Amino acid sequence: MNIEAIKAIYFFEMARMKRTLLQSVISPVITTSLYFIVFGTAIGSRINEVGGVSYGAFITPGLIMLTLLSQCIGNASIGIYFPKFTGTIYEILSAPVSMAEIVIGYVGAAATKGLIVGLIILATASLFVDLTIAHPLIMLMFMVLTAVTFSLFGFIIGIWADNFEQLNLVPMLVVPPLTFLGGSFYSIDMLPPFWQAVSHLNPVLYLVSGFRWSFYEIADVNPLISLAMIAVFLTLCLSVLAWIFKTGYRLRK
Amino acid sequence: MSSIVSIQKLTKTYANGFSALKGVDLEIREGEILALLGPNGAGKTTLISIICGISVPTSGTVLVGGHDVVQEFRKTRALIGLVPQELTTDQFETVWNTVTFSRGVHGAKSNPALIEQILKDLTLWDKRNAKLRELSGGMKRRVLIAKALAHEPRILFLDEPTAGVDVELRRGMWAAIGRLRETGVTVILTTHYIEEAEEMADRIGVISGGELLLVEEKRALMQKLGRKQLRLELKEPLESLPPTLAALGLTLADGGRGLVHEYGNGAGEGRIGAVLAAIEAEGLSISDVATRQSSLEDIFVSLVGERP
Repeated sequence: MNIEAIKAIYFFEMARMKRTLLQSVISPVITTSLYFIVFGTAIGSRINEVGGVSYGAFITPGLIMLTLLSQCIGNASIGIYFPKFTGTIYEILSAPVSMAEIVIGYVGAAATKGLIVGLIILATASLFVDLTIAHPLIMLMFMVLTAVTFSLFGFIIGIWADNFEQLNLVPMLVVPPLTFLGGSFYSIDMLPPFWQAVSHLNPVLYLVSGFRWSFYEIADVNPLISLAMIAVFLTLCLSVLAWIFKTGYRLRK
Repeated sequence: MSSIVSIQKLTKTYANGFSALKGVDLEIREGEILALLGPNGAGKTTLISIICGISVPTSGTVLVGGHDVVQEFRKTRALIGLVPQELTTDQFETVWNTVTFSRGVHGAKSNPALIEQILKDLTLWDKRNAKLRELSGGMKRRVLIAKALAHEPRILFLDEPTAGVDVELRRGMWAAIGRLRETGVTVILTTHYIEEAEEMADRIGVISGGELLLVEEKRALMQKLGRKQLRLELKEPLESLPPTLAALGLTLADGGRGLVHEYGNGAGEGRIGAVLAAIEAEGLSISDVATRQSSLEDIFVSLVGERP
């Protein structure tokens, strides 16, 4: 294991993120605050409680997930796409590092930053609503697993993307709808049966539901099923990556 | 001298069917400077990419320091530093950070004193805190060299090191490479500038169309393929060549104003005295004398059949 190389990649990425700290933290904080003002205060005042918790508190886990997903995918995809785009990837490809070490460096850094931003959102949310966290450790575990899984997913997107449009396609076009339709802002009980069934095809539902359970012990699906679904998605991402490394897809000609 | 890089029957065919290397065999000796000359698309960069691990070979083997570049990539890549052809830099990084990163990613323990020395040697020390995008092209090129040297490689690959670099800087770069060789580093450079190969290399390889046409000691190559020419300007033009001179292989040029004697290739050197004596005997008076030795460029053109 080339520990020095993993450290070099990890800290290089973290330093890159530090330079963009302002935009990467301020913007989600403002966005989340707006969500709280619009959904929590304006609309939430007309919705009393969902599953026994105030509406503002109910949407908090979903908002954190939304930020966590988009941050992790965005960070990890740009992290590997940028060296590909500028050509500096030659150095990583000609360095004595294995693909696994490259992934640990890049994905580790992306997940770390995603978690930092996620926790900042959590702190921001606590300014607007009274939060109770029933299972803090399980909550952290959900966050870490989600961060790692979606950073892996972002890394795959970064390798696959040939241009900036493709790079932004998934974070912009796929993640928000999945999050909005994944029960971030409502309990899927509120939906007609047909849409409830459709919602169960949405992976984000399981993330949000399990994550919310760790706060309030209320869930759309059994938290163990949520956990299992994250594990499935994690395995899927790892398998795709294993294939990419084996074939050198878009990296080594 | 032992081989530090040993390439056997190396082929590379890209996914689109393009065959970039067609069975290359090459032994690179430890401590030498080897120049690879070849026109665009000859396969120079592909060859380097495979040795460094950026591309994978289709068939054949490459050993670096006795280790296989595919199976034992950790050992081989730790020995190699690569300066790419394109000025690929992380525009927003500082010189210091990017060079430090290079050392780390090659698995070497951090060593700020060494990085400082490298930056000073390449006259980049004043720019250590500058962002790469603020640097001139020549400085960026030197940053890439600093990055390649940061992990103390034993073999340095320079892919077109002086492309787009002005004359003064090119001289400086050559001097820097010369100093490196004194520390025992093996240097392999590809170049379009035959002047560069002539100036620096111990041996010269010529690649064209994915094949290594030859690898020779520079001097031997110049001797073997180099032509020499003795040219005499006459005060009075000749209408025809006197038979005594024709017998020595001389030819007339410039409508009778010039006499040309070709030699070289190990033949004809001894005849210069005879040529001069015969001219004297014919009573011809000479206004000017010039000799010319064919350069590597001429040799290259005659080998490859086109200009690089």
